[in-house]
Amino acid sequence: MIEIDDVSRLYDGRAVVDQVTLTIQPRTVCVIVGTSGSGKTTLLRMINKLVNPSSGSLRIDGEDIAGIPAYELRRRIGYAIQGHGLFPHRTVAQNIATVPGLLGWDKAKTQTRVDELLELFQLDPVSFRDRLPHQLSGGEQQRVGVARALAARPNILLMDEPYGALDPVIRAKAQDDLLAIQRKLGTTIVLVTHDMEEAIHLGDTIAVMAHGKLLQSAPPAEIIARPASDFVANLIGSSERPFRLLSLSRVGDHVEPGTASGTPVDVTASLRDAYAELLWSARTALPVTRDGQVIGQVTLAALARLAARPQ
Amino acid sequence: MSWGNGIRLVALLALLALLIWPQAFAGAFGLLTSNGQPAIYNQGSLLDITLSHLGIVAVATLAATFIAVGLAIIVTRPFGAEFLPVSRSLANIGQTFPPVAVLALAVPMLGFGTAPTLVALFLYGLLPIFENTLTGLTGLPPAVIEAARGMGMSGWQRLWRVELPIALPVILAGIRLSVVISLATATIGSTVAARTLGEVIIAGLQSNNTAFVLQGGLIVGVLAVLIYDGLSALERRLLARTGQAEA
Repeated sequence: MIEIDDVSRLYDGRAVVDQVTLTIQPRTVCVIVGTSGSGKTTLLRMINKLVNPSSGSLRIDGEDIAGIPAYELRRRIGYAIQGHGLFPHRTVAQNIATVPGLLGWDKAKTQTRVDELLELFQLDPVSFRDRLPHQLSGGEQQRVGVARALAARPNILLMDEPYGALDPVIRAKAQDDLLAIQRKLGTTIVLVTHDMEEAIHLGDTIAVMAHGKLLQSAPPAEIIARPASDFVANLIGSSERPFRLLSLSRVGDHVEPGTASGTPVDVTASLRDAYAELLWSARTALPVTRDGQVIGQVTLAALARLAARPQ
Repeated sequence: MSWGNGIRLVALLALLALLIWPQAFAGAFGLLTSNGQPAIYNQGSLLDITLSHLGIVAVATLAATFIAVGLAIIVTRPFGAEFLPVSRSLANIGQTFPPVAVLALAVPMLGFGTAPTLVALFLYGLLPIFENTLTGLTGLPPAVIEAARGMGMSGWQRLWRVELPIALPVILAGIRLSVVISLATATIGSTVAARTLGEVIIAGLQSNNTAFVLQGGLIVGVLAVLIYDGLSALERRLLARTGQAEA
């Protein structure tokens, strides 16, 4: 658990982070969203002491981080950033082995861990281990960057706009992979982004910041349904609200009995995708399949009900 | 083998031949002499003089590299940042002060011989290495440094494992400039009795023997070109290795 308690950071007397209090539950993904200059990156960087708070305190699992040496704390926390920051003169394996090296792991243990991570990120160890970062594609570099951050099995992973440099197709895939890996490892992730779409897709909790202040911190459905201020509502985009709400649920949770005709959707698709398909093909219901077997249908009427503002 | 490498190999072989069997070239250099002057320098072995010349340049460059890189490291650390303007001025003065003047000033203190030459070359070689190291260490990709910090590397670990290796090609370019300047400048050391190829050139000038002047000049020139090329090739390999340029 990460507890941020009444934390401020001043630069030249101006508060870049202003009395923020936020608790991040273990094994969840917390996305900090805000425009540039909102203080979101500064807040993130305070968690691994790249920035020290001017006032207030931060605790990790109850321990005040002020008492932990910065280098020791950082080796315990994964850190992945925009533009990956891979060491250009070191191979993929050497890059991933950075923190294990700093912690003095033995060679065999490190090598096993490197291969394990490469496989987790769908990179064949044999062909990727000895490559240099510039020999990888943007998506591969990004994956190696996250693998490096996870090398020493940190409980916490901090990510600063990790997908900012990726094109939309690779970004969507990277986000899905991250969620899958997070569910598998149970890592607590704190991710900073300016993209509300990304926040809604990834976050168990979304923390919205502006001008150094925390405006609202709540699950995505709550943020969409009950934005705490006009600023939050604007960030979500009023015309996007029903679709963002739909994007939070899966078809599988709203299957009705019945048979519809035409191209089916899979149970794992989001309601938003199903809704788009309904509108596009001018149908009122879609068959739903699981593992290729039709198990029911999802209807336009049901989706329209689900897209309405929750009472 | 490319054309360029072919020419380099021929130049190297010709240089070695001239240094080891100078008499084989007596006929060619004889064309430049008159009144029965000797065609090949006869007051010492060309090979010994060349080795001494290279030794002086190597020692001066090594010392300059050590000091310039050290200074650049110190002024790019947080605790040394305030010394940046001072050290920049110092390196600039070293470069603008003519080596001949350094020799003239150093001889009364250090006496004749190798020592004043080493001082002059050392001072003259500082600036390119210092400036390049500075460029290399301040132009590092910010994301890489941020990542190194965020993963818990200490200041020295970042310097040794990340900053210096990435800056190495740029530092090497500074050393290359410094070496080439020193190779040429070392010849004036012979005016204060240092054993360099300047001795051959000066002897030629004094006895009006063009063959001597040409021998001394050619050896220095070919050495400079070969060393310059060798170091350039090394830089390109390092750049390619770190993904900063094509091989």
